[in-house]
Amino acid sequence: MRLALREVLLAFRRAPVLALLGITTIAFSLFAFGLFGLVAINLQTALRQVEDRVEIRAFLRERASDDDAAEVVRTMQRMGEVASVGYVSPDSALQRARTELAEFRDVMDSTVLPGSIEVRLKEGSRDPETVKMVSKRLLLYSVVEDVRYGREWVEKLYRIRTIAGVAGTGLAVVFALVAVIIIGATIRMAILARTREIEIMRMVGATNGFVRLPYLIDGVLKGVAGGVIAVLLAYAANTVISRNLVVTQFFTAQQVALGIAAGAFIGFVGSWISVGRQLRQVWRDA
Amino acid sequence: MAGILRLSKVTKEYPRSGVALRDVSFELAKGEFVFLAGHSGSGKSTLLKLVSMAERPTSGEVKVSGYSSATLRARELPKLRRRLGIVFQDFRLLPDRSAEKNVAFALEVTGAPHASIAPKVARLLTQVGLASKATALPHELSGGEQQRVAIARALANDPFVLLADEPTGNLDDRATRGIFQLLREINASGTAVLMATHDVTLIEWSGLRFLELDKGTLTYDGVDATRLVADLRGR
Repeated sequence: MRLALREVLLAFRRAPVLALLGITTIAFSLFAFGLFGLVAINLQTALRQVEDRVEIRAFLRERASDDDAAEVVRTMQRMGEVASVGYVSPDSALQRARTELAEFRDVMDSTVLPGSIEVRLKEGSRDPETVKMVSKRLLLYSVVEDVRYGREWVEKLYRIRTIAGVAGTGLAVVFALVAVIIIGATIRMAILARTREIEIMRMVGATNGFVRLPYLIDGVLKGVAGGVIAVLLAYAANTVISRNLVVTQFFTAQQVALGIAAGAFIGFVGSWISVGRQLRQVWRDA
Repeated sequence: MAGILRLSKVTKEYPRSGVALRDVSFELAKGEFVFLAGHSGSGKSTLLKLVSMAERPTSGEVKVSGYSSATLRARELPKLRRRLGIVFQDFRLLPDRSAEKNVAFALEVTGAPHASIAPKVARLLTQVGLASKATALPHELSGGEQQRVAIARALANDPFVLLADEPTGNLDDRATRGIFQLLREINASGTAVLMATHDVTLIEWSGLRFLELDKGTLTYDGVDATRLVADLRGR
């Protein structure tokens, strides 16, 4: 192990440009990956906030009593998809309208607003089908006159979410693949620069595991270094955007750790593949 | 004496270049010194590669110190390699490491105990007559001296046989005789030597057993150098 570490340091000292090139490429591919991740989590958060506002409003007939409304509230609460049900009486609706639309206060005096039931759905049950289903259910009550939920709006929101999810997963896979390929290539360059060492190691009887070890350590270290740089770059980008454009949220500590671990893993896999290929090559003659 | 290296009806065929060795059989006894003679392209290097199990025969069997080419598993190859010393015409030293570090490298990568390495390297360099140049880099050494470093490295794991592929091919007469003398000394201390060369004078002068290869076929196995001289020089 100590020897392997010494070999890694020696390789770095002998070809610092190559090593830095490797780290830089890993850093940038992970940075691109990280930027996309940032966009994805912020989009996800934004969508969730918008989704939280999805609400179904059932307007009650004029003759509906508070008891009728209470009955609707009670039965609706039993539905699995429903998070909360609230009753807005005609009086409180008027109160709310007066405070929210102060400039029309005079008009309000002579107006009678209908009472309504507000239904909010649980997370995961806010898709267009569920919203439609719950609306139909509300319409079954004889005291309910009309149901509004902004159908188009809900559908559009949901479509954006689906597209973002699919595109996000696809791009993430592509970026990860690109990172693996780039890391494999940089490690391969490092190995090619040391073909003679490997040849001699095999000639004098070093085990394959022993030949591999320095490169695996090398790959993991480069992956970690690249990961750390990528996180720093992403943090800088996030800060700039937050200050100048929109306030965005950064990765959690866990996600950062996961990103660096991913760098290490990618470095490991890339080296493993490259060294394996090199070791399988027939011992070259002079 | 017991054979430590045996080739039985060995044929090696490459998909592109065709037959490199055809039906070659011979045996090397413990502690023996044998030359492998022939023109370039006669199959000398192929034969050495088969002995070090860098390649496997197309048919026939190579047996080295209990390991058979028919049954050797990739995992066992390092164990066999530690019992062989290998030397090449082009020395194959690491250019950015001193003579002693080149020799130490062979010990380090085969897991020798750390404390044993320095004294062993010093002993090996003394044996090949390079104790005073231990810290010199390869490019600061003459060809003969570089080959001595390579030989010291090959001896690091106490091999029972030394395989030398044209070890004097890049050297002048003086250095050639020096290297040959060194190989004889190593042989005298019990290590068998199989040395490929096309240096007829050396074989003739030594009077030792030689194997002659011609286009992949073993055409002679004996000590009668006059035959070789006529054959190799005549062409």
